[in-house]
Amino acid sequence: MSRSTKKGPYVHPSLMAKIKALNEKREKRVIKTWSRSSTIFPDMIGHTIAVHDGRKHVPVYITEDMVGHKLGEFVPTRFFRGHGSHTERSTALK
Amino acid sequence: MARIAGVDLPRDKRIEVALTYIYGIGASSAQKILAKTNIDPNTRVRDLTEEEASRLREEIDKNYQVEGDLRREVALNIKRLTEIGTYRGLRHRRGLPVRGQRTRTNARTRKGPKKTVGVRRK
Repeated sequence: MSRSTKKGPYVHPSLMAKIKALNEKREKRVIKTWSRSSTIFPDMIGHTIAVHDGRKHVPVYITEDMVGHKLGEFVPTRFFRGHGSHTERSTALK
Repeated sequence: MARIAGVDLPRDKRIEVALTYIYGIGASSAQKILAKTNIDPNTRVRDLTEEEASRLREEIDKNYQVEGDLRREVALNIKRLTEIGTYRGLRHRRGLPVRGQRTRTNARTRKGPKKTVGVRRK
């Protein structure tokens, strides 16, 4: 179910505060955040936000098209390294 | 010959069913269209009068997005998702389910026919 419109879109308050501060100073700096569930606001266009993927922060440059999506949508959290490669250990057991 | 929105409707089906042959019109919108244009859903397509057919055509042209236009819109939406680098776009690209379904089993609609993978032995 989607979020009630009464509440408006969710952004982590401290992230929004940092964006506001940068916008006032007309400055661009990479902002680290763990808040993957924050909605991307029009205020964020042009900034680079480093979104946590569980291990490190991945920088995402925000463009106009991304408004309305969540930060986490742009940074995958799972990495598939492949199945069944033959290591020395696995062959030795047979 | 009933030709609506660039699709030939099957002549022997009830109009309620025949309308669903148009891409973008399912059972429920077919019923709504017929209610609005005052056509009995049980009439066969071959029994439709020319006037009824043109009423249907007009209603669909005005209020529904069907066939090519709709396909284009859907394709553009998917393209947008892939281009801005979202997870959903990635799933579309890989041909895997987009909305968080399991892929350990099932998901055959998206993945297509089974391809068996085994560990290669030497």
